[in-house]
Amino acid sequence: MIIRTRGLRRVFRSRRSTVEAVAGVDLDVGAGQIFGFLGPNGAGKTTTLRMLSTLLPPTGGEASVAGHDLRREPDRVRQRIGYVSQEGGSYDDVTGRRELVLQGRLYGMSRARAEQRAAELLESLELAEFADRRTKTYSGGQRRRLDIGIGLMHLPDLLFLDEPTTGLDPQSRARMWEEVRRLRDQGTSVFLTTHYLEEADALCDRLAIIDHGRIVAEGTPEELKREVAGDVVVVGTTGTTAAAREVLDAREFVRELTEEDGVLRLYVDRGETAMPQILRLLDGAGIALSTLSLHRPTLDDVFLRKTGRSLRETAA
Amino acid sequence: MKLLRDTWLMFQRYLWIFLSNPAWVIIGVIQPVLYLLLFAPLLKSLVHVPGFPPGGAYNVFVPGLLIQLGLFGAAGVGFGLIAELRAGVIERFRVTPCSRFALLLGRALRDILTLLIQSVILLVLSIPFGLQASIGAVVIMLALVALIGLGISALCYAAALWLKDENSYAPLVFTLSLPILLLSGVLLPLQLAPGWLQAIGDANPLLYAVNASRVVFTGHGSGADVAKGLAIMAALAVVGVAIGARRFARAIA
Repeated sequence: MIIRTRGLRRVFRSRRSTVEAVAGVDLDVGAGQIFGFLGPNGAGKTTTLRMLSTLLPPTGGEASVAGHDLRREPDRVRQRIGYVSQEGGSYDDVTGRRELVLQGRLYGMSRARAEQRAAELLESLELAEFADRRTKTYSGGQRRRLDIGIGLMHLPDLLFLDEPTTGLDPQSRARMWEEVRRLRDQGTSVFLTTHYLEEADALCDRLAIIDHGRIVAEGTPEELKREVAGDVVVVGTTGTTAAAREVLDAREFVRELTEEDGVLRLYVDRGETAMPQILRLLDGAGIALSTLSLHRPTLDDVFLRKTGRSLRETAA
Repeated sequence: MKLLRDTWLMFQRYLWIFLSNPAWVIIGVIQPVLYLLLFAPLLKSLVHVPGFPPGGAYNVFVPGLLIQLGLFGAAGVGFGLIAELRAGVIERFRVTPCSRFALLLGRALRDILTLLIQSVILLVLSIPFGLQASIGAVVIMLALVALIGLGISALCYAAALWLKDENSYAPLVFTLSLPILLLSGVLLPLQLAPGWLQAIGDANPLLYAVNASRVVFTGHGSGADVAKGLAIMAALAVVGVAIGARRFARAIA
């Protein structure tokens, strides 16, 4: 496990009130994955991220990050993680190359080693052309790639990305996804937060949803969607639906069967295995099908069900 | 060792940012020149006003100017830090193993270096106007400016980290630096002031720096005032750095 937390808590105290921003989070993030962390604003997402990246000491609980105890050895953790904040981290008036080299030097690299590593990253992130320009001249996508490069200078085992694609155009976003996948394929674990469900769905190997300071769901995008609603298979027949109903009702793979507008809706755990069975059963009974379609719940359904809010509504 | 290395890395960064912007360099050089050309000539006729300290107009005035330069130069440093906070740069450094103390010290040393260079320019330019200064006087003067620069810039960095926003930082810093300046005797000696104003001025640490610098430049006054000025500025620097370092080390919510 690259991240393992048990009962991780953070309480903010002010004169007037005490807020438990993170109320006991248990997370297990396997190495070599892209792990997505979702939650409405104010749910404890940012606080958790800040704790895991050593920016904020936890009030309670245990956590090990990249092989070291977060509370006892934050310096060891820092050596092994990279972190890219929402704001980025590069400064307008400094060149991309200078930002990278300084970052490497802060992790103890020699000047020569840092320069070599910076050149490698500039090449692989396709920034070599702009390396000696100030970052204020970069496009949004170039700037974001540089920020990720800064987080990768010291070859961390684990990279934290806080909303890495917010504000990017669709093309730059697709480019960023590719970059993140490439990192995972090279063995770097990635822990990211996002507001985009299609991003979580397409990019992440596993997801956790946090709400009111607690994890309310955790699993692969597929598992989460299935857990919420299963799949829906819609069956239309040429004749009346009664015969089909009789054949399909009370089959063990059908959770629920309803009839709407002359078609049958079958709630099943796994649509892709249910469909052949449905075909076989109806065919065996000599019932002719007019339509057969599979509908899948989206992550937004999951989010809605788990938090009572749509992520789209909560997006800043 | 790590502290020294990280401080050096940070110092280089901020020096490069300063030097790579010609506007900053030009402003940095022009500022002392303007002080000298646009204000100092007014003093010639003031020398004969009763209560004006002896020692010659420039020897009385230039030390005060240097301390003003130190105060205002250091007061402006928070803006750069706020810009970096907004860009996520400080957060980025805080996730690295970089020493927290170096984050403050590297910047503050750059501020001190620019102040010292400005001070030397101002001193050299004052010589043709009639400034007379011994090497010893110049060394003590520069030490005072360096200590003020360190103390005030560290306090201003703490204020910038606390307020995180130019619109709160600017009013605070300018509101505070004006009375500090007026009550330090930089522009006109506080000996000319009524008793109640002098009493308030006595609580201003910069007053002692101004007094000390005038003693070394005019030769009038006691060595004890020089020691007192240096000691109070050293204390200001220690307190400023302690507060600034605490702010840099503090976790951010």
